[in-house]
Amino acid sequence: MPSNKSVSDAPITQFVNCRILRGSRLQREDLWVRSGSILDPEKLFFDEQGYADDRVDCEGSIMAPGFIDVQINGGYGVDFSEASEDVSAGVSLVSKKILQHGVTSFCPTLVTSPAAVYHKVKVHDGGAHGAGVLGLHLEGPFISAEKKGAHPERFLRTFQAGGIDDLMAAYGSLDNVAMVTLAPELAGSQSVVRELCRRGVTVSLGHSVANLSQAEEAVDQGASFITHLFNAMLPFHHRDPGIVGLLTSDRVPSGRTVFYGMIADGIHTNPAALRIAHRAHPEGLVLVTDAIMAMGLPPGRRTLGQQVIEIQGLHAYVAGTKTLSGSIATMDTCVRHFKHATGCSVEEALEAASLHPAQLLRLHHKGNLDYGSDADLVLLDDDLNLKATFISGEEVWKKAP
Amino acid sequence: MDPVPLGGLQEQTRAITMRLVILDDYDLASEWAAKYIRNRIIQFKPTAERCFTLGLPTGSTPYSCYQKLIEYYRSGDISFKYVKTFNMDEYVGLPRAHPESYHSYMWNNFFKHIDIDPANVHILDGNAEDLEAECQAYEDKIAEAGGIEMFVGGIGPDGHIAFNEPGSSLVSRTRVKTLAKDTIVANARFFGNDLSKVPSMALTVGVGTVMNAKEVVILITGAHKAFALYKAIEEGVNHMWTVSAFQQHPRTIFVCDEDATLELRVKTVKYFKGLMHVHNRLVDPELSIKDQ
Repeated sequence: MPSNKSVSDAPITQFVNCRILRGSRLQREDLWVRSGSILDPEKLFFDEQGYADDRVDCEGSIMAPGFIDVQINGGYGVDFSEASEDVSAGVSLVSKKILQHGVTSFCPTLVTSPAAVYHKVKVHDGGAHGAGVLGLHLEGPFISAEKKGAHPERFLRTFQAGGIDDLMAAYGSLDNVAMVTLAPELAGSQSVVRELCRRGVTVSLGHSVANLSQAEEAVDQGASFITHLFNAMLPFHHRDPGIVGLLTSDRVPSGRTVFYGMIADGIHTNPAALRIAHRAHPEGLVLVTDAIMAMGLPPGRRTLGQQVIEIQGLHAYVAGTKTLSGSIATMDTCVRHFKHATGCSVEEALEAASLHPAQLLRLHHKGNLDYGSDADLVLLDDDLNLKATFISGEEVWKKAP
Repeated sequence: MDPVPLGGLQEQTRAITMRLVILDDYDLASEWAAKYIRNRIIQFKPTAERCFTLGLPTGSTPYSCYQKLIEYYRSGDISFKYVKTFNMDEYVGLPRAHPESYHSYMWNNFFKHIDIDPANVHILDGNAEDLEAECQAYEDKIAEAGGIEMFVGGIGPDGHIAFNEPGSSLVSRTRVKTLAKDTIVANARFFGNDLSKVPSMALTVGVGTVMNAKEVVILITGAHKAFALYKAIEEGVNHMWTVSAFQQHPRTIFVCDEDATLELRVKTVKYFKGLMHVHNRLVDPELSIKDQ
């Protein structure tokens, strides 16, 4: 049939034979893509009298929005926080590799670091070259010394009189920053929270000994995320639930959701704790990898940066010890493990890795398969193993047969 | 009513007939209708120069018939590539993307599943600037397409065809109609049972427009349609029951299930049930493009 599309001559691809995640349900529907966006086929039919140029047979697979990782420190031997000449080369390498885990967008995470490291990563779209960079996640340095975890103590900072000025002095510029993790009990932090939110930066609470009140105050000022729930914060206590209490706090302003990151590798959070969080507040759960540079590397012992690491399966230990040095589970592994540990539906597991992080970052055109959204997609089998990854409708990774 | 017809499909396209085809239930009635439509299209051998023009209804009655036709397309037995469609009606003022618009119904329940050319699809635009001009243009498009080969329709509980409500002219053409209370009530279930949300006006083909088709196939299923069917075929031609107009059409088939015949005379039902072996020659054998 001759082409007769009045809006655009760009080719139209129709993905058939798939079950797409839309409206929180898996539906037997075709997915139409033009110019990198998801197309409304009914409008195409009636308005433009148009039809597809190419058909892709998905062979009955599940089609979900591409995964979004808002906390990832590196991988494949690359550490984003390592001060180096060419941070962007490292980010590029990781962005290409994580396509095979279904991640189509991510926030390279920088832990507490000297100022020089912060400037060198730019927001950019994904494609065949790799997953899109949504912006940096700056974890620290305005965090609690008592909950620093692996962050180097000498670079921790507090807010002096200047508040946001201190923050700007530390980071230089917020231009390519998507999210900042800070400890809300630090003096002067509440005004910083407010100012960051005003500038469109997502504020996350973590590496903190805040009590529930301080956490609620920060949420009032606009904070909307909790960095790796349970880790690097006070444990839940029944008379002061601390940051964990935000999951069921009645002081969260109406219409707003507090999201929380979970590392669902079965190691950094006991499955029972994962289930408690999920059952308490399912809509807020965001799967993150918090992956360290050892992620993606084969088992064995190797030197990474200043440390010698032993990789065994999903565990990465400080060599010769049983001390965990960080998570190395890939995003798709986390999705599968999350579903298995909580018994949740396929739809919920997929939304925790796509829709929820997109909602957290207020990215309306990502994390969903609605008309007009970016065609960042993953094809999966029924066990949620990845078959292919697409960015803007183009196939960027396919599982080898 | 006419003497026992002689042949099957070939005869049907030439003879003057009124057939009442009665199947046991909704599914069988839908299947019979779908097979008949399939056979007629395939036998017609439509081409780019000579399309098969099909008039189409919406609503719950034809739903299974559409499902069956989609099945026949999926199995490769029929193609809609050279079929032109003209829907009967559309609400006025309802956004086209609204889930209850007839555009949405046809897209979701039929067009998106088959290989029809979007340029061959015609549905009245209830949001047109000039509704009367839209109606006239529709009549013109039907004429340009060479007229309707087969118009498939349903019947309302008040005996209406399309939105030709009781009292409509039996020689009416495509026009704007205000919906009768009965129709609004019947359609309220699609609008959350809120009468105020149901559109009060629609564009509809006229009784005369459908009468111009070479053949008319009316699907009537369910006990709630029984009284209307009785009025349509056992009483006289009357503008209060507009489907009765087809008593004067040269080629009409009423496809019903048992429940729809509940208000008919036993004699009528027995007579036409006795003719099923003749009616079934129209659908057996099932033709397929694979054989061409």
